[in-house]
Amino acid sequence: MSNVPNDPDVPPRRPTPRILACNQKARQLAALVLAQRGQARALTQDPPPTQYPYGCTTIFAPGWEVDSGNGTHGLCQPIERDLYDCYHTCYWPAQVPDGVTNSPKWTMSCGAPMQDWKSIDLVFP
Amino acid sequence: MQLQTVLHRRFRGERGAEFVYVASSAAILGVDAATGAVVDAFAVPGGRDQDAWIADQADRELAESTLHDLVDLGVVRPVGESPAPRATLPPMPFPLATLVLNVTNKCNLTCTYCYEYGEDRLTAGDGSKGTGKPKMDDDTARQSIDFLMRSSGDRPQVSITFFGGETLLNFPAIRVATEYAEETAKSFKKRVHYSLTTNATLLTDEVVDFLTKHRFGITISIDGDQQDQDRHRKFQKGVGSFDVIEPRIRHLLVTNKERKGRSIGARVTLTSGAAPVPHTYRFLTQELGFDEVGFAPVTAGLGRDYALGEKGYQKLLREFGELAEDYVAAALRNETHGFANLGDLLRELHQGVNKAHPCGAGLGLLGVSTEGELGLCHRFVESKSHSVGTVTTGIDEATRTAFLTQAHIDNKTDCTQCFARPLCAGGCYHEAHVRYGDATVANLHYCEWIRGFIDLGLRTYGRILEANPKFFARFES
Repeated sequence: MSNVPNDPDVPPRRPTPRILACNQKARQLAALVLAQRGQARALTQDPPPTQYPYGCTTIFAPGWEVDSGNGTHGLCQPIERDLYDCYHTCYWPAQVPDGVTNSPKWTMSCGAPMQDWKSIDLVFP
Repeated sequence: MQLQTVLHRRFRGERGAEFVYVASSAAILGVDAATGAVVDAFAVPGGRDQDAWIADQADRELAESTLHDLVDLGVVRPVGESPAPRATLPPMPFPLATLVLNVTNKCNLTCTYCYEYGEDRLTAGDGSKGTGKPKMDDDTARQSIDFLMRSSGDRPQVSITFFGGETLLNFPAIRVATEYAEETAKSFKKRVHYSLTTNATLLTDEVVDFLTKHRFGITISIDGDQQDQDRHRKFQKGVGSFDVIEPRIRHLLVTNKERKGRSIGARVTLTSGAAPVPHTYRFLTQELGFDEVGFAPVTAGLGRDYALGEKGYQKLLREFGELAEDYVAAALRNETHGFANLGDLLRELHQGVNKAHPCGAGLGLLGVSTEGELGLCHRFVESKSHSVGTVTTGIDEATRTAFLTQAHIDNKTDCTQCFARPLCAGGCYHEAHVRYGDATVANLHYCEWIRGFIDLGLRTYGRILEANPKFFARFES
C-alpha cells in the first residue's frame, strides 16, 4: 500500500510499508483495491470523466430537478431522452421496463421516438 | 462521515510487529505503529467523524491517506453501512467431495465417553447393539460408491472415508468398497482418496498390507500412554486396550514408512484427568512414531464426569500454548511439526478461510449408515432427525437446503460480535445437538476455548511470520 514519504535530509532508503498484506486473503484484497484505485470518479469532478458508468447502481445522480448548473435548461431535451435514459442505461431509476435484462426489445417498434413514441406498448409483467 | 473499525483482533509478534485480523474478510494485515493507532482510534462505540479526526492530526496528509487505505481494505467502514449482499448458500445441489461409510455400528471397545454408544448417543439402540443392521453389506457398499460418483459433479477427486463403530470389524465391506471404487472411478475419470479411522485393535498383517497398498490416510483413535489409553478405552470385560494396540500400531507405522504411505495421525480424545498435552504428544510421536497428533476435547452432555469443565479448558489452552512453542521452533527451522490442531488452524489463517458453515457436513460431505441411509456426517447417521436421503434414492435436496440455510452463520446471532466467527462459524453440529438438542445453534459452552485457541493461532502466526515468512508457502495451493 502507501509508503511513508522519505525525509529529504535522511539518506535514501527503502520506504517502510505502513500496511502489509500478510495472508493470502489480504493479498487478494490489496490487489483488488489497487486495481480499482483511480477508476472511481465523481461526475462533477474537474476534469469531467470521459466515460460514464453503465447501470443505475454504480453512480450518484443529483436528481430530476436540476442540472449540473443548478438550472433546468440542461435537463433531458427532448423529454423522450428521459425515457431512453431510464430504459437503455437504467440511468434514472424510473418506472419503465428495463432494457438491460427483461425487455430488450421494448422500443423496437419505435424508429423515431420524437414522432413515434406513442407506438411503444405497455408491458404487463 | 462517521467511521468505525470493523470487528477485528489485534495481535503482536515476538519482536513487536503488529497485526490486525479482520473478521469480515479473514484478512491478516501487518500494520506499523501509526496505522495500528488509527485502527484503535476508530474502534470506539459509535465511531468517529473522519473530518474532525483528520483535523486533529499532526500530519493530516498522512492521516488521511492511512485512513483511506484502511477504508478501502475494509478495516474501517462507515457506521451503519449495510453489509454487502452475499449468497446464503453456494449453488445447490452442491457436488459431494467426501462420503463417510459407517461400515459397522458395532464396536469391540466400550469407551466410556463414546458419542455413539455412551450416554450421549443419538441412536435409539441399546448400547453397542446400535440400531439397524450391525454391518453394511456388500451391495450397500457398492451402492454408496455409485452414489458418490454420481453426486460429485465434475470434481476430479473424491474421498471415501470408512468409519464405525470399530471400522475394521467389517473389513470385508472396506475391501469390497475400495476395489469397486477403483473400478468405477476409471469410468468416471476420477481419482479416489481413501481414509479410515480405527481403534487399532484389529490391525492384522493382512489389514495393514491392504491399507498401505491403497495408500489409505489412517487415523488411530488413541488417548496417549498406557495410563491414559486404559482409563476410558477398554474392552467389554473392562480390560484396557493399550497392550493389544501398541504392537499393532508399531507394525503399521513401520510398514507404512517402508511403503512411503501417507502420514498417519493419532486422534486423542481429551477428558478430565488426562495427562498434559505436550506429554501425550511426545509419547505418541517420539515413543510410538506417529507423524501427527490431533486433540479433541470430549463431546459431552451436561454433568458427565469425564467432561472438561471450565478449568479443564483453561488448563488445556495452557498446554496447547506449551506445545505451540515446539511448533514455532520447528517452523523457524522450516520443518513441519505434527501438532495437527495448530497446523490446521495456521493453514486456515494463512489462506484467509471465512466460513459460512462450521464444516462440510451436508455440503461437500455426507455420512452413510450401515443400511444406506444418508446423514449430515458420520456422527449423525442413524439419527432419524437428520436423515437427508438414501444412497439409492439420492439426496433429499429440500431437507439438505433447509438445514444448511438454517445453520448459516448469519442466523447465529450469538456470533455477530465474535472475531473467531470466520473460523468457528458456531462449531460442530453434532456437539450442538448433544448439548442443546438443536444442531443449528452456536456452541456457546466452548466460546472461550475457541477464542483462546484462535488467539493462540494468531499469535503463533505473527511470531512465525516475523522470523520465517516463507514457512507459510507450504499452505498455499
